[in-house]
Amino acid sequence: MRTWRLYLRSPAAVLGALLVSVVAAMGLLAPFLYPDDPLGLAGRPLQWPGDNPRFPLGTDPSGRDIAAQIFHGARVSLLIGFAATLIAAAIGIAVGALAGFYGGAGDTALMRVTEAFQTLPNFLLLLLLVAVFGSDLRTITVGIGLVSWPPVARLTRAEFLTLRTREFVQAARLQGLGDAHLILREVLPNALPPVLVYASVVMAVSILLESALSFLQLSDPNVPSWGNLIGLGRNVLRTEWYVSAIPGVAILLTILGVSLVGQGLNDALNPRLAGGR
Amino acid sequence: MRVLSLALRRLAASVPTLLLILAGLFLLLQLAPGDTVDALMAQMGGGDAALAEELRRFYGLDLPVMARLGDYLWRLVRLDLGFSSIYGKPVATVILERLPATLLLMTASLSFAFAAGMALGVLAARRVNRWPDTLISTLGLVFYATPSFWFGLMAIVVFSVHLQWLPAGGFGDVAMGYTGLEAALDIAKHLVLPTLTLGLIFLAIYLRIMRASMLEVLSLDFVRTARAKGLTETRVVARHVLRNAMLPMVTLMGLQAGTMLGGSVVVESVFALPGLGRLAYESVAQRDLNTLLGIVFVSALLVIAVNFVVDLLYARLDPRILSGR
Repeated sequence: MRTWRLYLRSPAAVLGALLVSVVAAMGLLAPFLYPDDPLGLAGRPLQWPGDNPRFPLGTDPSGRDIAAQIFHGARVSLLIGFAATLIAAAIGIAVGALAGFYGGAGDTALMRVTEAFQTLPNFLLLLLLVAVFGSDLRTITVGIGLVSWPPVARLTRAEFLTLRTREFVQAARLQGLGDAHLILREVLPNALPPVLVYASVVMAVSILLESALSFLQLSDPNVPSWGNLIGLGRNVLRTEWYVSAIPGVAILLTILGVSLVGQGLNDALNPRLAGGR
Repeated sequence: MRVLSLALRRLAASVPTLLLILAGLFLLLQLAPGDTVDALMAQMGGGDAALAEELRRFYGLDLPVMARLGDYLWRLVRLDLGFSSIYGKPVATVILERLPATLLLMTASLSFAFAAGMALGVLAARRVNRWPDTLISTLGLVFYATPSFWFGLMAIVVFSVHLQWLPAGGFGDVAMGYTGLEAALDIAKHLVLPTLTLGLIFLAIYLRIMRASMLEVLSLDFVRTARAKGLTETRVVARHVLRNAMLPMVTLMGLQAGTMLGGSVVVESVFALPGLGRLAYESVAQRDLNTLLGIVFVSALLVIAVNFVVDLLYARLDPRILSGR
C-alpha cells in the first residue's frame, strides 16, 4: 500500500504506467479493432497518413495497413518482452540464488558461466542462436531470454550473499528448516525488490533486441512486428519516410514507458534512496 | 609496473572463461542440423552414403566429440578459424579485412559517448533539480529509449536526404580517388552519423551514471575540506570530484564493450559500413556458420582486451586499488 502511494507521487512514474497501459490496451484491442490479417493486402500501397480516412497511419510498400500492424505489433512486442523477461529472470534468479546461498566451488563454477555469457556480445550470441535454431517466434523469445539472464544472476547473488548471514535466516535455520525453505521462503522474498526493478531493464532490452532482429529481417516473417515494418520502410526511406518513422515512435514510447515504470518502482521500493535524487 | 602485473593477473583469470565460451560454442554447433559434409554434398548436388562416410573420415568428423573439441581448440590457438565457403577465403582473412572499420567506429562512438556523457552529467549534477538538470535527465531517458537503427534512419532522412550535409552510408567515396588527408577527412565525414547513432544509448547511460556519481562524491568529506580551503567551485569539481566520479563510468565502459559490438551489427547494416557487425549479419543471412563462429570468437577476444585496458585505466585513476593488496 505504502509502496503504491509512493509510486503514485512521482509524475514520471505515473506517465510510465500510462504509456505501458496504452500499449497493452492496443495489443489487447488489436484483434477486435483490426480483425483482418494485418499482413494482408488492405489498399493501394504507400498512401500517406491522412490521405485516406480508412488508413489513418497510411499504408506500407506492400499495401498493408500501418495502423493495423502497429496495433498487432504492440501485442507481439509486449508478449516477447514479457516472456523473454520471465525466462531471463527464472534462470538468473535460480543461478544467483544457488551461487549466493551455497558459495564455495559451486559459486565459482556458476559465476564462471555467468562471466562467459557476459563476455559474449549478447546480440551476436542471439544471431548465432537464430542461425543455428531458426527464427520462429518461440526460438527468438527463448533466445532473448537466454542472452539476458547474467546481470539478473549477479544481482540476485549479491543480495543472497548479504542476506544469508542475517539473524532472521539463522533463526530459521536453527528451527531446523531445510535449505529449500530458507532459500524460497526466507531469503528470496527479501532479495526480490531490486531484481524486480532490474526486470524492467531486461524487458526494455528484450523489446529492443527483438525489434533489432526483425529490423534486419531475421525474425519470424509471419508475425507483424514494429522492427520488421521499420526494415521494410528502408527501401522507400528517401520519399515515404513515414513508413519507418511511425513504428519507431511506437518502440520509443514503449521503452520509455517501461523504463519510467522501473525507475518509479525503484524510488518507491527504496524510499531512502529517493530522497537523495 | 605493479599496475601492469595486476592487470595481467586479471587477464590470466579470463582464460578459463574463454575456454568455457569456446567449448559452449562448439557444443552449440553440434546441435545445429547438418554438418560441413551435408553442406558440401548439397553443393555437389548430392551423393551416396558411402561418399558421405568417406568425407566425414577425411574431415575428422567421425571422431568422438571430445577429440574434435580438442582439435577445434588447438586450431583456434594457432588462429586457424577455418574456411568460409561463401567468401572463398580463410575466415581469419575475412575478419581481418573487416576489423578496422568496426574498431574505428567503436573508438569514435565510445569517445563521443564518454566525453558528452561526462560533460552533460557534470552539468546536470551542478544544477541538480533545476531546469538544466531536468532537461538533461529527460533527454537521457529519451535517448535511452530510442532504437539505434531507427535513429540512424531518421538521421539519414534529415541530414542526407533533406539537408544533404552528410553521406547516407558507405566508408568513403572510392570513386573520388582521395589520398592522404583528403581520404581521412572523407572517412571522417562518412563516420559522423554512424558514430552518433551507435553512441546515443551509451551517452544516455553515461550521463545518468555520471550525474549520480557526481552527486555522491560531492557529498563526501574531502569535498567539504576542499571547499573550506577556499577553492572555487570549478576548481573543486575539476581537481577533486571529477577523478573520483569517473570511476563508475570506467567500470561501465568495460562491462558494455560487448553491448557496443552487438550494437555495431545494426548500425553497420543501416549505414552500409564494411565492418565486423555487417559481416555477422551477412553470415547469418547466408548461413555461413564458420564465419559467424569466428566473429563471435574475435568479439570475445576484443571484449577481454577492452577490459584489460579498463583495468589499467582504473588502477591509474584510483591508486587505492594497488595499495589495497
